[in-house]
Amino acid sequence: MKRPEPVQQVKDRRDGALRQLVEGVPYIGFLGIRFDRRGDELTALLPYDDSLIGNPALPALHGGVTAAFLEVAAIIELAWSVQWPAMEAGAAVGPLPKTIDFTVDFLRTGLPRDAYARARVVRSGRRYASVHVEAWQDNRARLYAQATGHFLMPPPSDDAPE
Amino acid sequence: MTDLISIARQFIEAIPHSRALGMVLETLGDGRAAVSMPYDLRFVGDPATGVLHGGAVSALMDTASGAAVMCHPTAPASTATLDLRIDYMRPATPGQRIVARAECHHVTRSIAFVRVTAYDEDQARPVAMGTGAFTLDRPR
Repeated sequence: MKRPEPVQQVKDRRDGALRQLVEGVPYIGFLGIRFDRRGDELTALLPYDDSLIGNPALPALHGGVTAAFLEVAAIIELAWSVQWPAMEAGAAVGPLPKTIDFTVDFLRTGLPRDAYARARVVRSGRRYASVHVEAWQDNRARLYAQATGHFLMPPPSDDAPE
Repeated sequence: MTDLISIARQFIEAIPHSRALGMVLETLGDGRAAVSMPYDLRFVGDPATGVLHGGAVSALMDTASGAAVMCHPTAPASTATLDLRIDYMRPATPGQRIVARAECHHVTRSIAFVRVTAYDEDQARPVAMGTGAFTLDRPR
């Protein structure tokens, strides 16, 4: 029987692949979004910053920040889940899917605190994918926004194994 | 009217996140608003092509839409986004400024409906189009 791979090697590979996916995108760094990984499960984190405010009177997060946060969470989850088998086999991360459309449902005011999001790939085909994403702040059960988007998958690279 | 625009411009440019994205109010009035954003390497979504991230374009379109609601003739006291759907029609050309033009085309007692289109320098081919529903707080 083959011996299991050393745990640190597994962690380094997965964290490295996730870092490559996320750090390649300047706008993710601009908003300060990070990703927390547990096995293959990702949670997007948006640490609060004064520059994210859209309504200083309340104060509340900018709707555009929430939309962007959800879109980033959806794209990274989709790329991560689709590329997982290749990454596990040691391949470099590939290009990100492109957003076709994105619909955001603003359920509650975004409070001036950290926000979290988790996305679920509802359907992923060869060319198109549909992703749902939920975001919350203090309570996991009290969503402050949710969204659905359709994405165009990058064409398979020529040298990819069949 | 010029005074109103300069007040509105200061108002929008005082919104922390709009300022972070370098947004500028171009035109405003009668339920319509145009807001622009410069091309900036920090807002890039795809470093291989230098194309702006959809999220930055969404933020611009959301801001323009909110401004269109606020300048509707019914003079709302405040507004917030309920729902925003954006179709991304083509990648924005790297290096070019983006303008979002929003129109608040219908209001009810408590809801405002908005259409919004984003362009780069090619005014004939929109980069993205959106529709939104916004809350509407009437002045007391």
